[in-house]
Amino acid sequence: MQDELIIRPNQGFRHYWRDLWQYRELFYFLAWRDIAVRYKQTVIGVAWSVIRPVLTMIVFTFVFGRLAGLPSGGAPYPILVYAALLPWQLFANSLTESSSSLINNAQMISKVYFPRLAIPTSAIVVSFVDFMISFVVLLLLMVGYRYWPTWRLLTLPLFTLLALTLALGGGLWMASLNVKYRDFRYIVPFLVQFGMYLSPVGFSSDIVPEQYRFLYSLNPMVGVIDGFRWAILGGDLTLYWPGFVLSVGITLLLFVTGLRYFRRTERTFADVI
Amino acid sequence: MSDYVIKVENLGKSYQIRHKQERYTALRDVLTEGAKNTGRRLLGRGKTEDDHTLEEFWALQDVSFEVKQGERLGIIGRNGAGKSTLLKVLSRITEPTRGEVRLRGRVASLLEVGTGFHPELTGRENIYLNGAILGMSKVEIDRKFDEIVAFAEVEKFLDTPVKRYSSGMYVRLAFAVAAYLDVENLLIDEVLAVGDAGFQKRSLGRMSEITQDGRTVLFVSHNMAAVASLCDRCVHIEKGRIVDQGQPNQVITRYLDGVSQIHRLKGVGDRDDRMGSGEARFTALRLLDHNGEEVDRVPMGSSITLEVTIKSQRPINEPVIGFLIVDKLGNTILRAYSHESYAGPTPRIRQEIKVRCCFSKLPLMYGVYSIHLWLGQHKHPVDYLEYAASLEIIRSDVYATGHAPDANNGGLFIADHSWEFAENE
Repeated sequence: MQDELIIRPNQGFRHYWRDLWQYRELFYFLAWRDIAVRYKQTVIGVAWSVIRPVLTMIVFTFVFGRLAGLPSGGAPYPILVYAALLPWQLFANSLTESSSSLINNAQMISKVYFPRLAIPTSAIVVSFVDFMISFVVLLLLMVGYRYWPTWRLLTLPLFTLLALTLALGGGLWMASLNVKYRDFRYIVPFLVQFGMYLSPVGFSSDIVPEQYRFLYSLNPMVGVIDGFRWAILGGDLTLYWPGFVLSVGITLLLFVTGLRYFRRTERTFADVI
Repeated sequence: MSDYVIKVENLGKSYQIRHKQERYTALRDVLTEGAKNTGRRLLGRGKTEDDHTLEEFWALQDVSFEVKQGERLGIIGRNGAGKSTLLKVLSRITEPTRGEVRLRGRVASLLEVGTGFHPELTGRENIYLNGAILGMSKVEIDRKFDEIVAFAEVEKFLDTPVKRYSSGMYVRLAFAVAAYLDVENLLIDEVLAVGDAGFQKRSLGRMSEITQDGRTVLFVSHNMAAVASLCDRCVHIEKGRIVDQGQPNQVITRYLDGVSQIHRLKGVGDRDDRMGSGEARFTALRLLDHNGEEVDRVPMGSSITLEVTIKSQRPINEPVIGFLIVDKLGNTILRAYSHESYAGPTPRIRQEIKVRCCFSKLPLMYGVYSIHLWLGQHKHPVDYLEYAASLEIIRSDVYATGHAPDANNGGLFIADHSWEFAENE
């Protein structure tokens, strides 16, 4: 007996996760396409994924480190900034890419069936590749400053995963809302720009007054960035645990609700996109 | 236990139509609507719904049918009848509102060729990408790769980005990937309507090859001739419902009769089921006999003049005007295009123009034909109208022998010819 697929109103599809597994090759191909296309017809190509964080680092070091004279807690200021820029750019690019991914692939969505989740998730892979490339710069920077990492560097994949989860959670929300309300096309760049200053990218979160730190961690990127600094800078830096736990909690909440909202609305994507 | 592959029961699909013609909702609208409704509720005016801007539209209603293993089912109907919606529901792109669909085995759908093609990627890369989007695995694509490339005739350009392809190459490649999709059950929508005439013929050939090896096929098309030759059974959908089904030739004939009847009731200028930019449109079509009198039937072999009136909103340079005479199954059997058969440069259309095209001796076998009108500019349609009129050709003693030809003996045309009998000694 062949297995039978039943399509009924409002039921979603029973074999969703199995489908997702069957379409994993499509996921690879989509990710590969985004990567392959990314730097086509540019002169310096991949160098762009290095130039952007490096220039931002220089400006931030100058503005926050030199002009404002903020403390760095012992680490060289450029490394302090760069350690935060890495997750920030990963988060910001992933969020932006995945938010607009459904609309950019509208044609495919209205003409072919596949688990829609493949689109926003594969969009994130590009940002992850950029992240890996700019990570090399961090290593060079550390060598340059003779700043040796500790065993804590090994925990970095966990924090990277946290940043990706957060970006995907937000991205799923934004992508599905974007299908119906194009307002979110304008909200996302604004969020990203704004968030850069609300998150401790250019400065250490230690300068936030003690009584506000827990509140500050309501911004889940605070937890991610603190985690990155803790893993990379090592030394006597300690993690502010209550805040970190709060950030992780918010990240998970965003991810779970984002996934649920996406699953609930994806059935109508083809009709409204 | 029946051996169906696709079983559709009481399928219905409704859309909410906004009269404001917006493709997507702006958040602003939702917020203002919400505020209005709350306001009304607070003011105690019972009605909170805002139905006047939304209308329910049933694209499909009570559709039920079965497709058996190895059967090839054609679906025909006018634009907007619900054919494409049906395919979209069957291919899981959109959900039904009512009823249910059961599918057995792997079902692939081709609603368009070249879905997901990326202009920056090379031909080779796009084959893999498009194949994956259509549901093929990398191994399968590897296996079919050479066949795909050979069919599309793009060997030399495999490593060129497809944005540098000519439109013909692009379409050939797109079709080829789809044509080698190796799945037992296929849902196909109009993918044949691509490429130049030569390629269309080859793709039609490939289609019949595909449908021959015992695959189950559901085929939606406007090309009646293709449906007639590829399918075993045919369903006619009208306004979201199945109105007729059965043997393809019969269903198609009844369908086209109905179409031409509907069209006769509405003037050429008033019909809205036309294609093209609309900068100019046909407003009238008259068929004139050799005395210049308007007719709708003429004897075989007599002269006939087709006269159209075209009204234009802006001047159109180098227009191409075409008359297509089609048979009962929708095959074009005779055509006249001004850029091919009119010697001089076609005059430009300023505001209104009358164009006459005279066939001094119509070489068609008796029967009922229809006329399509084409107005184009640089190969793009400005106004294209199918079934603008029907033309009946009456059986007559065209060879003046006292024996009128009998169409039952075959033959589509009549032509002047002579005989010679010489006895060998």
